Amino acid sequence: MVPTSYYLILSAMIFAIGAVGVLVRRNALIILMCVEMMLNSVNLTLIALSRQWGNLTGQVFVFMIMAVAAAEVAVGLAILIANTRHRESINIDEIHLLKW
Amino acid sequence: MTWSMLFFVLVGAVSLAAAAGVVLSRQPVHSALFLLTNFATLAVLYVTLEAQFLAAAQVIIYAGGIVILILFVIMLIGGETNDFVARQRSWTRGVALGLGILLLASLSYSVLQGFAQPPGDVAAMQGGIPEALGQTLFTQYLLPFELASILLLVALLGALVLGRHGTVAHTGSRPASPPAEGDD
Repeated sequence: MVPTSYYLILSAMIFAIGAVGVLVRRNALIILMCVEMMLNSVNLTLIALSRQWGNLTGQVFVFMIMAVAAAEVAVGLAILIANTRHRESINIDEIHLLKW
Repeated sequence: MTWSMLFFVLVGAVSLAAAAGVVLSRQPVHSALFLLTNFATLAVLYVTLEAQFLAAAQVIIYAGGIVILILFVIMLIGGETNDFVARQRSWTRGVALGLGILLLASLSYSVLQGFAQPPGDVAAMQGGIPEALGQTLFTQYLLPFELASILLLVALLGALVLGRHGTVAHTGSRPASPPAEGDD
């Protein structure tokens, strides 16, 4: 049986890659994809720990996170499309209307 | 190295490569496909972790829903992209990479400290079949379940409102519709 810490380290690596992606990329869609990847890494952590302690609570948590992630992607993409009506670019450096 | 360990290493390597591909791709469509691969490999890992229902839910919700939505939006608005470089900040990538390595190091350190003991009562999880998960979900966690359904309803309405076109009348025959609906 694979030790739990292996799964947790894999999850940490995916989370770190997603975090670097959010920081580095300027395309709003790819940033959204990296955020989804970070949420998935947390799902992997929760399921691994759920197995560690023989409890289904972690899996219920993952169920909730999946629902939240689906809702967030839907609303986030709707925001992006609404933004496209005013400007053509989805470069986040150019979406700065709220700045002074 | 046992077969399960080898399997984990292979699937984990594919998952990491796909994650790197999401971040490093030039085209958004390539990133979306790498994301799909990442989700699929994670679903495989969930099966090895006694979470069969969640593996199926992962494929249905993420691969079959979220990636499709993202691909639709890429087709609508995200087609062209060069690797946008942040203005006036050429050191952004170095700092981001450094911070990412720091994050990974601290997470790994905190994880390796504990979790040396083998997994506990795995049989109590019954493989994560829907029956077992449903028992827990509908008895112990009923309130979060209902709140999640309200959340999905609210998100549906929100996406609907945001996705509407402007309320200015385009044809002359119709009176101008009130703008109050889209301004909540």
